[in-house]
Amino acid sequence: MSDNFSHFVSVLLNGLVPTVELTVGGIVLAIVMSFLMGLGGRSRWWIVRLVVRIYVEGWRGTSELVQLFWIYFVVPLLIGFQIVPLWAGIIVLGLNHGAYGAEIVRGAVASVPKEQWEGALALNLTPYQRMRRVILPQALLEMLPPFNTLFIQLLKATSLVSLINVSEITYDGKDILIANYSADKGLILFMMLVLYLIISVVITWIIRFLERVTAAHLGRRPISRSSRRAGALEGMG
Amino acid sequence: MNSTWDWGFVAQIMPRLLQGLVLTVEVTVLGSILAYILGLVFALVRLSRIPVLSQAVWLFVEFVRSTPLLVQLYFLYFEAPAIGIRLSSMLVGVFGVGIHYATYTSEVYRAGIEGVPIGQWEAATALNLPRGRVWRSVILPQAIPRVLPALGNYTISMFKETPLLLTVGIVELVGQAQQVGSENYRYTEPYTMAGVLFLILSYPCSIAVRRLERRVRKT
Repeated sequence: MSDNFSHFVSVLLNGLVPTVELTVGGIVLAIVMSFLMGLGGRSRWWIVRLVVRIYVEGWRGTSELVQLFWIYFVVPLLIGFQIVPLWAGIIVLGLNHGAYGAEIVRGAVASVPKEQWEGALALNLTPYQRMRRVILPQALLEMLPPFNTLFIQLLKATSLVSLINVSEITYDGKDILIANYSADKGLILFMMLVLYLIISVVITWIIRFLERVTAAHLGRRPISRSSRRAGALEGMG
Repeated sequence: MNSTWDWGFVAQIMPRLLQGLVLTVEVTVLGSILAYILGLVFALVRLSRIPVLSQAVWLFVEFVRSTPLLVQLYFLYFEAPAIGIRLSSMLVGVFGVGIHYATYTSEVYRAGIEGVPIGQWEAATALNLPRGRVWRSVILPQAIPRVLPALGNYTISMFKETPLLLTVGIVELVGQAQQVGSENYRYTEPYTMAGVLFLILSYPCSIAVRRLERRVRKT
């Protein structure tokens, strides 16, 4: 049992690498899409707003597993070459969660008080300066708590990528370990869950740290826990 | 393999996809009912501050919320028989999504209950209402309508997560798409139509929830 345990740990830690790659890659792509689409939704041109709407509703309206299978099995037929499973995973995780993130960015920018916009206008700032120097720094603080929830959702969704045979934690645990040590499957599954829990705690720590930095930048205190909880009412979906 | 779109094939596979969709909807409805009830229980236990029990529920909720549904499904599927519970695939699915989403809805209920003004509690105390009556007649009737949109959103997310159940042997919409795909060596139409069916059902629902949100905010 004890040497099995160390074997389980080493196999699962091997799976940790692709899981972290998927999580970090997905988060980076999701952030890019969130800002691109979140700010694009405020565009003057209706065609840009339409593209944003189609992206957001399309990716939020369908199942993530369908998106993954679609990118992995169908898109190669259309473009003529196979996508590496890990990249298919990163693309789907990033684009799917980016659609939710776009709504977070849109909401946070809209929540910056009107006086701030007027003040920036009065100071004769260009639209770029206004966004970059006045609005976004304040909106960023609003965005961080919902982004925390979103990134943990993304981490949890990396387990889906095991279904296209990327050997991350879930695949290693189920298809390598449980297949060979079925007597210990309870222990193996519990270890997998604990690994995910640890990563999600790390994500939360990083975001809390960023919240403190952003708040200090604005000369404010970080958002209190009670107002964070009020956000739960908005739910996900 | 022919990669162009074949409407004839679409027509041929539609009955099976729709059959899968019915199962998807069934799991979503049953899972939602479980999540709504269990979530309220979790929220009440946590708010009631019963020593040990409240902390245990807190720990459970945080653990389940932070780990993937897929692994939890494997856990139920593989481990329930080991402790002597024989669950059909359907029950594994309903319990899996129901318990997972109950941890989300418990946070929603908690926010809703904490949002009821403190004066309501004080008035109930002043009227000398028994504790059960305070919850049933004063607090919950005010908290529940406010949380309905969030609960609706979670049902929509659950609907989109039910395809995970194909891993524990429930042949729902995506499971059907996978099967017809492998029988015919054509995946373009099955997976595309599965996506379209999800969109057709979830988009109107999310518009309805948004409308409900606006109505709740006004009152």
